[in-house]
Amino acid sequence: MTDLGPTYAGAGVNVGVGDAATSTADVTDSASRFEVAAYRLSQWLRSPRPYLMLLGFALFFAFWYLTVEVWKLPRFVQMPGPTAVITEWLSPDPTYGLSIYSPEYYQHIWVSLRRVSVAFLLATATGVPLGLFLGWSQLFKDYVFPVFELLRPIPPLAWVPLAIIMFEGSETPIIFLTFLASFYATTLNTMLGAESIDVSFVRAAYCLGAKRRQVFWHVVVPGAMPFIFTGLQISVGVAWFSLVAAEMVSGQYGLGYLINTSYTMVQYPTMFIAMITLGVVGYVTSAGVRIIGNYMMQWRARELAIGGEN
Amino acid sequence: MSPQPAPGYDRSITTPVEPASLMTETSRKGEIRIEDVVKVYGSEAAGIRAVDKCTFDVPAGKITVVVGPSGCGKTTLLNAIAGFHSITSGTIYLDDELLCGTARPRADPGPDRIVVFQNGALFPWKTIIENVAFGPIVQGRMTRKQALDKARTMLAEAGLRNLESNYPGEISSGMRRRVEIARALMNDPKVLLLDEPYRALDSLTKSVMHEALLETFDKNQVTIFFITHDLEEAIFLGHRVVIMTTRPCRPKKVLTIDIPHPRDYSVLTAKRFREYLDETVEAVHEEALKAFAAGERER
Repeated sequence: MTDLGPTYAGAGVNVGVGDAATSTADVTDSASRFEVAAYRLSQWLRSPRPYLMLLGFALFFAFWYLTVEVWKLPRFVQMPGPTAVITEWLSPDPTYGLSIYSPEYYQHIWVSLRRVSVAFLLATATGVPLGLFLGWSQLFKDYVFPVFELLRPIPPLAWVPLAIIMFEGSETPIIFLTFLASFYATTLNTMLGAESIDVSFVRAAYCLGAKRRQVFWHVVVPGAMPFIFTGLQISVGVAWFSLVAAEMVSGQYGLGYLINTSYTMVQYPTMFIAMITLGVVGYVTSAGVRIIGNYMMQWRARELAIGGEN
Repeated sequence: MSPQPAPGYDRSITTPVEPASLMTETSRKGEIRIEDVVKVYGSEAAGIRAVDKCTFDVPAGKITVVVGPSGCGKTTLLNAIAGFHSITSGTIYLDDELLCGTARPRADPGPDRIVVFQNGALFPWKTIIENVAFGPIVQGRMTRKQALDKARTMLAEAGLRNLESNYPGEISSGMRRRVEIARALMNDPKVLLLDEPYRALDSLTKSVMHEALLETFDKNQVTIFFITHDLEEAIFLGHRVVIMTTRPCRPKKVLTIDIPHPRDYSVLTAKRFREYLDETVEAVHEEALKAFAAGERER
């Protein structure tokens, strides 16, 4: 009863831990987003990663250039070299009528982008709720999942005839075909997300007095969010896949249509322009989805940031 | 002359409160009576008998620590009290209310019995203060603003004021356990059910956690049902230590730890503490050997 030493030592440790916490909180509050971004950029530039990326691109273009324009390998004879494609692309007066100066080029990009956006939003609006219910209710899953799994392996191209019969005009069948693959990817990932939630979170919510419906909104939806966004990134990618397939079949504008017509009209540089543009636009859309995901999941971004620094 | 706090009480920033005054303030009880509880996983004949004819009491306003070899069925018992699992037969009462029995094999989980999980279950997508305020909001007991205000007070009392707007992933695991206990206490539970909450912590953090838990207990006098297989932890924290047999689980020995609360770490070196430890080590070791032998035979 006389020995008070350990008692005070205990208090000391307590206070110490509290102080450490204070400093972390201060750091997160005071550092502005801009500073953090600038810091990350400077770190990135100091790492070998951007230079390796540039090297990778350089190797790719060098391979293309050598095979087509220098060695003129037999399989590559028909192919335009990078210099031909780039001069055509940047030319104010393109040989085949399409470059960054022609309004038609942007019309193609815009039409494709609009179709992908509509299809992607539809797929998200239907796939996310469906996936959440599949992961949340075993009964619902027993009804719906077998049908879903039966339809899923049917590729979008196999749906082309049916899409043309079912829908009027050329726009709705294309959007439907684009929607399909997106929808499967979103639904499946969302379902896995809802199923992967640690049962402790669900139990904790019930313990704290939540009703079933509140558990759904407060635990299942946010808990599935990381998987949902992984699914959306895949979904936007496959949307571009099936869009191009659909545009090759019908339609009057769009990058897929452009690839197909420039192929039939033997305008190969234009075909390459459309292909590279697809790559760039596809990359930008999936980066966009990733950025929105990080914004909506601050908790995860911060968690990962800490994990990365330690 | 101002009343002297008992030595060893002045453990932190908070001012000591006479336990007696709290006893009169709250009529909260929280005695758990476990009677003849049996839990069989799988079929009655061929299933695994996790708990068998288990009977013991968890007295109100005391810390009861359940010790036993890993996999002996302690957590099964806790899950039955919390309402996560059904029981095969027997009854569990909370005060005079029947939680589960033969006619109603599974209790409803509710805020009168809150579990603190082994790996922690703060929602990673909510900030610390949102986590703490969660219970009263979903129960509809408080408005969002009231709940946040109370959560702020609770966190401040626990010395966690600065963490409010952090996410659980950003703070240490020791801090997370303390926040989780604060989140539980927000709901004025009758019983706290702790399932090896400090298992994953290093021993230094653990000792800080123990003192923080005892301090919380001294303030709230909430009934605590604590599962562990760390004997020192059990004796240091518990008013009563229940040593379980290996599977199927039932009490082998019940020890009343006659060391006055509030306790501090100097207790660890006391002679009486060592005697209790020797007594439990013997009993637990016997069971651990049996568990090991059983494991050998199963293969």
